[in-house]
Amino acid sequence: MSHSTEGPRWRTVPLAPLLALLAAPGFVTLLLWLSGTPVLATWQLMLSGWASTAATRADALMLAAPLMLCAAGLTITFAAGLYNLGVEGQVTFGAIGCMAVMRAFPEWPAPVLWMAALAGALVAGAAWAGAAALLRRYGRVSEIFAGLGLNFLATGCVLYLVAGPWKKPGSASITGTEPLPRELWLPTLEGVRLVPAAPILGLLAIGMVWLVLAHSRWGLEIRAVGINSTAAERLGVPATRRMTAALAACGALAGLAGGLQVLAVFHALVSNVSSGIGLLALLVVLLVDARPAWVLPVALTFAAFAISAFKLPLALQVDSSLGGVVQGALVFCALIARALVARST
Amino acid sequence: MDATRLAIDLAAILAGAAPLVIAALGETISERAGVVNLSLDGKMLLAGMTGFAVGLHTGDVLLGFAAAALVGALVAAVLCLVSLRLRQSQTAVGFVLALLCTDLSSFLGNPYNRVSGVAVSHLPVPWLADVPWLGTVLFDHTPVIYLSMLLIPAVWWFLFRTRQGLVLRALGERPAAAFARGSAVVPLQAWYVVIGGALVGIAGAAYTLDLKQGWSYRHTAGIGWIALAIVIFGGWNPWRVALGCYLFGALQTLATRWQGAPPGVLDGIPTQVYQLAPFALMILVLALVNGATNPAVSRIAAGLPAPLRRPALWLLGRLSVEAPAALGQSFVRP
Repeated sequence: MSHSTEGPRWRTVPLAPLLALLAAPGFVTLLLWLSGTPVLATWQLMLSGWASTAATRADALMLAAPLMLCAAGLTITFAAGLYNLGVEGQVTFGAIGCMAVMRAFPEWPAPVLWMAALAGALVAGAAWAGAAALLRRYGRVSEIFAGLGLNFLATGCVLYLVAGPWKKPGSASITGTEPLPRELWLPTLEGVRLVPAAPILGLLAIGMVWLVLAHSRWGLEIRAVGINSTAAERLGVPATRRMTAALAACGALAGLAGGLQVLAVFHALVSNVSSGIGLLALLVVLLVDARPAWVLPVALTFAAFAISAFKLPLALQVDSSLGGVVQGALVFCALIARALVARST
Repeated sequence: MDATRLAIDLAAILAGAAPLVIAALGETISERAGVVNLSLDGKMLLAGMTGFAVGLHTGDVLLGFAAAALVGALVAAVLCLVSLRLRQSQTAVGFVLALLCTDLSSFLGNPYNRVSGVAVSHLPVPWLADVPWLGTVLFDHTPVIYLSMLLIPAVWWFLFRTRQGLVLRALGERPAAAFARGSAVVPLQAWYVVIGGALVGIAGAAYTLDLKQGWSYRHTAGIGWIALAIVIFGGWNPWRVALGCYLFGALQTLATRWQGAPPGVLDGIPTQVYQLAPFALMILVLALVNGATNPAVSRIAAGLPAPLRRPALWLLGRLSVEAPAALGQSFVRP
């Protein structure tokens, strides 16, 4: 850039991004201090709360798993230059797909049923993302707003199912369906709520996405579409089809996350089955700038923050939304840091 | 349905849609200047919470609104700094700010959750409120609702009938041309985004100090996202944007009406579904309206039998809208 020398000298020092990343904890500390919250105790709990017992460590891992799946999927859509804000609805629909299979074939042996249910989740999530792609293609609604609208619609569908056709017998509750029988829960470690299959699937998803994006023709084309779809089209890449495929792939992984929420976490279809995991995954991907290799550590960190934050209200009478504040501040400062790096080079 | 009932319903729609109208008009100004401010929902929450808290502590509703406007303007200024000056994606910055402000509003608003506070007082317009029927619909409201109605022509007049409005639209359409004509593109864009942000802040306070008269966690329930969608639906034109807001308000009123309907075909559907239905319907309408700009649709219309062709093409022409050409692209000085 021609006028990069105009700015103050400190901008050219590579310390700038580090300073920006320190700014996030600084901002949160200032916020705690100004709102009269015990600063040290709160930070201590935020940083170490997740590690206090075996159960909380397992909870953090179980939150990181769907986060990894969604973030892996979003890495693909970001590479294609798409903001898939519909990921929340894709998680929800995956959960519906999973539950539909579980209810349809209760007599199948458990391992077969699990495979079928997770496949159902995969397909349902991909289909819901496909709807966003259709709206984008034929309705000319950007994937951002198509996704948002479909999120509301997916929530409506779950509420309808939970209160209508899949109602708990003899109850007017709309919080969830009847729990699955114990033998249909995915194998869980004794004593803690850890289902090893969940983080393993998350890891596999990250690895696969990295492999496909970095080392396949398809991944190259996706990235080309993301950088300049018109240029990619001229070079013979079917841009619209690649975007649709990217959305569907992301939807499939998000749907799988929704299926795991049913089979491994809630053991039922509950009304807030996605509970913001999709949006949190969007933050993760924004923070790592859509680089698959960094998804794992950041997803683990964010999950740890979230689990720690759950302990805040009971231990310190501090609102648990502080977890979201820390995550948001980190991502925001990372965006600034990235800008400063780009300026100094 | 008798006339009195209709008047009450229409008045309820006008009142219920007021915050949405103010917020959507604020975003219209911002997007006409070429900047997408995706942080709208979070900004509304944070501003609404602040407005409520300030109103509660000072006992002054006006101060509450001023504080809310200030918060909205500040968040908009931050967005401008990071997207226009530091050149990060407007979508990314806006999205992060939306989530961050939402959580900030929950964290800072914790002490004010479901506390009773001050509210805007009812102010029927003298004489006009006594006009039969029309008085009930239009002139028997709080000042915030009059403001929302007056803003529609005001914003339209500013955008399309003033010199500054012309420059503003040029910023969103051809920033390079505006620059060549001597406009300071980025500072001007920032100024209009901040003004739009202040309006969104006022909309947040319209929720906490007028419509809902109180603060609770995430109490806008996603209305800010709908406002963003309505700006597109309204083709960045204040009249159509307002129409979209009132349509959404009407859908919400209908939803509550169905909820209380006598038992019948709609049995067993939980009330929450009704509250969500307007959101989903809104996006569907958006898709239908935008679909009109699809070349495939125009081709179908052109192939219709002669008597139908003219009206169909006319309708498509009326429906189709084009976004400001440079919307979402941060301007680089040549």
